Amino acid sequence: MLGPVTISRPLLKGSRLARTSTLLRLLSSAPPSSPDSPTTTHFGSKTVPTTEKEKMVGHVFSSVASKYDIMNDVMSLGIHRLWKHHFINKLDPGMRRNSKQPLEFIDVAGGSGDIAFGILDYANEIHQDRVSKMDIVDINADMLKEGEKRAYELGRYYQDPRVRFMVQNGEKLEKIESNSKDIYTVSFGIRNFTNIQAGLNTAYRVLKPGGLFYCLEFSKIDNQLMDWGYQQWAKVLPVMGSVIADDFDSYQYLVESIERFPDQETFKSMIEKAGFKSVGYENLTSGVCAIHWGVKV
Amino acid sequence: MTTMRALLTRRRHPVLRIQRRSIMLSTWATLAAGPSLVNYLFGNDTRMANAMDAGELHNKNDDYELQRRERVDSRLSQLRNSRPRTPRYEGNIPLYKHEKLLLFLISGIQSYFHPENGLNIVKLGEATAIAPFLNHLQQIMLQDPTGRRILRDKPFVHTSILHMDKLSKLPENTFGYTFYKWCKRENVGPDTRAPVKYIDDPTHAFIFRRYRQCHDFYHALVDMPIIIEGEITVKALEAANLGVPMAALGTIFAPWRLKHVQRERLFDTYIPWALKSGWNAKPFINVYWEELLEKDVNDLRRELGIKLPPDLRNVRKERASLIKQLKAPYSPKP
Repeated sequence: MLGPVTISRPLLKGSRLARTSTLLRLLSSAPPSSPDSPTTTHFGSKTVPTTEKEKMVGHVFSSVASKYDIMNDVMSLGIHRLWKHHFINKLDPGMRRNSKQPLEFIDVAGGSGDIAFGILDYANEIHQDRVSKMDIVDINADMLKEGEKRAYELGRYYQDPRVRFMVQNGEKLEKIESNSKDIYTVSFGIRNFTNIQAGLNTAYRVLKPGGLFYCLEFSKIDNQLMDWGYQQWAKVLPVMGSVIADDFDSYQYLVESIERFPDQETFKSMIEKAGFKSVGYENLTSGVCAIHWGVKV
Repeated sequence: MTTMRALLTRRRHPVLRIQRRSIMLSTWATLAAGPSLVNYLFGNDTRMANAMDAGELHNKNDDYELQRRERVDSRLSQLRNSRPRTPRYEGNIPLYKHEKLLLFLISGIQSYFHPENGLNIVKLGEATAIAPFLNHLQQIMLQDPTGRRILRDKPFVHTSILHMDKLSKLPENTFGYTFYKWCKRENVGPDTRAPVKYIDDPTHAFIFRRYRQCHDFYHALVDMPIIIEGEITVKALEAANLGVPMAALGTIFAPWRLKHVQRERLFDTYIPWALKSGWNAKPFINVYWEELLEKDVNDLRRELGIKLPPDLRNVRKERASLIKQLKAPYSPKP
């Protein structure tokens, strides 16, 4: 062993990245394919105590918060923008003109705000809805800060009474009342939950009857050729992250978290188990990611 | 003849469209059934039909959960086996040769345009730390009793071990106090060095880490500030003394980014001084800096064979004040 881990120079940029690698390296490697026991869960390729996973995921996102958009662009070669565009268009959010009550949106694990602001913009443009409210919720305060910064740079939704930025754990959402939301969206966030079923149950609690659960997440690829292509890309990505951004561990975690996430049908049955009805899914780019939805009856 | 003509001019029977289509379909089906690219790309339905036929689909005896987990595990293990060899120490990321080349090219370009970002220099250093260089350093260390002790003890430079507050209380002529004063002047600390990642052999990784962590000691020893000129000077010193490839690259290429005056200073005074001092001095890698903190700094310099260069900060300050004087409007003395 080479002794205690170092903290990188405060003068250097990228010290946050070193902090992540530092933390991830503190773990000892465990044998693979250990099932989820009540006390341990998986974090990337490592098996870690359940209580630790939240913190570690937090550190991954703290370190990449400022470069989250670039990282998404690199990982999906820019296609994530198309996916999110389709996600919002399919949802068609917005209070209709004959409606009396504004809609209540909640975007979970959406710290960077791209879906949240996209929904509000769409509602504004297409349905002339300027009164619906949005709660942007994320477990990581750094990501929320990025979201607030983006709102400020956009020139809208910053210090807007309609939009609330809150640090909340998606599995509990303590500050959100039950039966209070019309639409619950989660985009590329639910795979980071320690307990996905708990997240789905909380979504059920938080939604009003008639509310919609709407989730965009990586999933199982149908097409064998594209699957092979994706696997090669996933092998190369952590090294590229390491060489260019000096962050091997974050990309390795992200690639493995995608692999661990259940496939379309399994996730559909998990959503049904939480109590949602009319659960369905749509594959995007032949299964690279999938939109799942469910209605609380 | 007439039969010939009759045959040649025979009108074709109109083939029904649906019969025509079935020929195409059967062609596609044949192509799809056997091993072919078409089957690979589009043959999902055929594959499912074959599986259904063989009784593999919707088989109540299959443990789907186990199959799913096994599939996920095999894919995960493939992802984890992307490295050429297992990591040999905490934080090691082994690279293939083409990846190392890519690291060298990318960090080289990044370091040229942004040398102030320490991460770029760190990556370039590890990419260029080739085995002959590290073996050479290892030999130098093994041939010296202090070097051998360093290799055995594997000291780690960190404030918790160095205790900067204790150094501030040492007499002013000691190396420890010089180092403390230099750190305060330049506003840096000793625990600011990134860990080694891309060097696979643990001993080589330690030697490179030791080199990286002692960089500040070299700065304090020759009293060079951390501005770009000072860094280039110390890099030249390290290149001459230890033969570090990245230091040599930096000495050759980095001055070209500077202003003319800085370049002149470097080429006339500081780089020649650094090269001469480095060549003639004892190898710095064999110096156990932690044990010499209470030693008189001038004694240490004499023993190592170093003579101080002109103080870079003073030289720059003098030139700045001279220029200021020349720029000031002429006012005759009363």
